[in-house]
Amino acid sequence: MMRAAIAAFLLTTTSLALAGGDELVPPVADPVVKKECGSCHMAFPPQFLPRRSWQKLVDGLASHFGEDASLPEAQRAAVLRYHLEHAADAPGAGRAASKFAASIPAGETPLRITETPRWVREHRKIKPERWKSPEVKSRLNCVACHKDAERGSWDD
Amino acid sequence: MKTWSLLAVAASAGLVASVALAEPRRDAILADLREQAKKEDPRFAGFSAERGATLYRATHQGKDGPISCSTCHGSTPLGNGQTRLGKAIDPMAVSKNPARYTDSANVEKWFKRNCTEVLGRGCTATEKGDFITFMSGQ
Repeated sequence: MMRAAIAAFLLTTTSLALAGGDELVPPVADPVVKKECGSCHMAFPPQFLPRRSWQKLVDGLASHFGEDASLPEAQRAAVLRYHLEHAADAPGAGRAASKFAASIPAGETPLRITETPRWVREHRKIKPERWKSPEVKSRLNCVACHKDAERGSWDD
Repeated sequence: MKTWSLLAVAASAGLVASVALAEPRRDAILADLREQAKKEDPRFAGFSAERGATLYRATHQGKDGPISCSTCHGSTPLGNGQTRLGKAIDPMAVSKNPARYTDSANVEKWFKRNCTEVLGRGCTATEKGDFITFMSGQ
């Protein structure tokens, strides 16, 4: 039993390691962020947008892509802090984060992960009808295809 | 003194008896809403599960087309719902999800967002109480 558990653990860590650093993003760990950002959509990893984007998104939560997603001050501050600390261009955010950061021109502040050049390039082979299928529904439904995304692996 | 202790005993006995049936935090939320409802409407005569059911199913003209609570929460509150972005929503019915309507800040947050989204305005205290009363019986 114990040995099986260890073997499973080693297998998981090994395959995650083999997947390559740019497919690995630590899942959102903060309980406030998980709850407040993860009710309507997956709590997207802060690593996919730069700090300036998160600042603008959190400032604009009262009209979040047309919906009121405003937060009480304590939660708003906690969400912003977490995103700034783990953003694509935050120090030590990792290889996947750096690749996103590097793909975004300095003068641009994208508000959608799906508009970043890296996201677009990585998804260029996905057929348009695939996005509309009932199990996918939306480009924001990452876990429809990236089954292990919420555990940190974005390998496809 | 004697009356007080008798009252206390009666109160705690009542509390123990009602624990299995009711959730004190939900009762407190409903009690607050009842007070607000009386202030909003002097003719207020209690919450109604039927009005709550009607509110849940009524279709309104949203900014992206027809919308009701059930659009995202499901045709029956006993099942899971799904957000427009494909994320599952836990059931709204208390029998399926006893944690519902027990955190007043959370309850207010979602009424604020979703009444605006579906009705194009904030909900009245009566509507909120009707809604929770309906869900408590489901």
